[in-house]
Amino acid sequence: MLDVSNILVAYGEAPVLHGISLAVNAGEILCLMGRNGAGKTTTMKAIMGLLPLSAGSVHLDGEDISALPPHEVPKRGIGYIPQGRRLFSELTVAENLEIGLMVRGGGKKVRDRVLDIFPRLRERLGQRAETLSGGEQQMLATARALCIEPKLLLLDEPTEGLQPSMIDQIRQVIVEMKMQGVAILLVEQRVDAVLSIADRVAFIENGRNRDIVDAATLRKNHALLTRYVGV
Amino acid sequence: MDLGPYLFLASLEGAVTAAVLALTAVGLSLVFGVMRVVNVAHGEFFMLGAVLAWWVASLAGGHPAIGFALAVLVAPVIAGAIAAAADFIVLKRLDYDPENTIVATIGILYIIQQTVLMTYGPDARPVEAPFSYRIYFPWFGYSAYKLFVIAAAVAILLGVWAIMARTRIGLVLRATQLDRETAQAFGIPVERVYALVFGLGAGLAALAAVLIVPIQQAHYLMGGDPLLLSFIVVIIGGLGSLSGTVVAAIIIGMSDGIISVFFTPTLAKIIATLLVAFILVFRPTGLFGTRSA
Repeated sequence: MLDVSNILVAYGEAPVLHGISLAVNAGEILCLMGRNGAGKTTTMKAIMGLLPLSAGSVHLDGEDISALPPHEVPKRGIGYIPQGRRLFSELTVAENLEIGLMVRGGGKKVRDRVLDIFPRLRERLGQRAETLSGGEQQMLATARALCIEPKLLLLDEPTEGLQPSMIDQIRQVIVEMKMQGVAILLVEQRVDAVLSIADRVAFIENGRNRDIVDAATLRKNHALLTRYVGV
Repeated sequence: MDLGPYLFLASLEGAVTAAVLALTAVGLSLVFGVMRVVNVAHGEFFMLGAVLAWWVASLAGGHPAIGFALAVLVAPVIAGAIAAAADFIVLKRLDYDPENTIVATIGILYIIQQTVLMTYGPDARPVEAPFSYRIYFPWFGYSAYKLFVIAAAVAILLGVWAIMARTRIGLVLRATQLDRETAQAFGIPVERVYALVFGLGAGLAALAAVLIVPIQQAHYLMGGDPLLLSFIVVIIGGLGSLSGTVVAAIIIGMSDGIISVFFTPTLAKIIATLLVAFILVFRPTGLFGTRSA
């Protein structure tokens, strides 16, 4: 479904990605792993069209989405849950969801379905996003992306700074989306979380692709984890 | 005249100043809030509004109310369209860099000012008020048109508030203001939003000028004072806070009117500028600002 081929990204003169390639299929969770500064978040932003590519391309279902203006990219069905949540802090929960719904003209049905997944948000619709707890904010960031009815979900460290019960809930939602055939690209630092839900793991280092392996292989052999993320 | 009625008259004059200033400054505040662009050419869009109002009114002929009504509709739209074009041709190409856009809007200021000088000329020209009733209080008569200006400004500001708080376009503007990149990741065409906001900001300044031009006269250098006062108001109110801008416009406008009547206009400007200095020292985010710019 998602096909990233050999993308180069530079911030000004400094190159950050030196040719990253990866592919995610429908109903698959691909986890992107690497040390801080390896280029994980940059890869996500490049897929969303938020950073200009110096070379390479990003295809979604055969369409070259890297040729589109940035605001057209999510309309193709990509839900983005950025690192640090990046909620519209002064807007209410309902307004944050409305922004998500507007992307693909989702109506009340979509909204209700998303709120059924996160019933806690329904109680907080009129509250400003910045007043929510950390876990609720992550729910809202996820719910906002689900309002797009995505066929591809990009999650950048969705469990960062959350308590275990909340991590579990977010993980269940990710697995549920996978079951529904959504392609999922996940950036995650916590090895146990990765090994329990990922189908494949792509390691990146200094903006370059390294091994892409099945999660099952990693569970048996930790050598790659030690090498690329030091655990 | 006793002190009471005198103070009443001064307050009315202050309210007229405050009303026009609030409209102008809200335009500046909107542009800064959403785009983080300091629009030094804002006063020239005000001037354009006044000059265009004269142009429309003199073409229309007939009863002054016809020309005025046309000017209210046409002048802000033309000024807004020119601003949106300036955004598209100049600011977008600078990638909205905060420093470069200041220099660029200074350039836009001179282009507009000199173009008006070359076409409209150096004269100050009046636009006739749409009506010329006087309302007679027990102590003095007062122009009903000035009261109309106050009421119109209040109505327009309520309209701006309703758009920002209650409509989908307002939601998009607020989301873009809070986080440009994430807005883009959720399908908001940020470039179009910026052109719209720059046009809207200029349109508000032009509208304020159309309202004031029957009292003041249109002149190619009239943009200086509204620019200075708008900056004062936006800084006092808190950068990017529309409600703060309105409150600050009322404070500055009223005190300007009252001090000008009792003492001199120069003293009013001195006090306003002093107030800005104190605000910048003791409360740099302004009265209602929450974040630093």
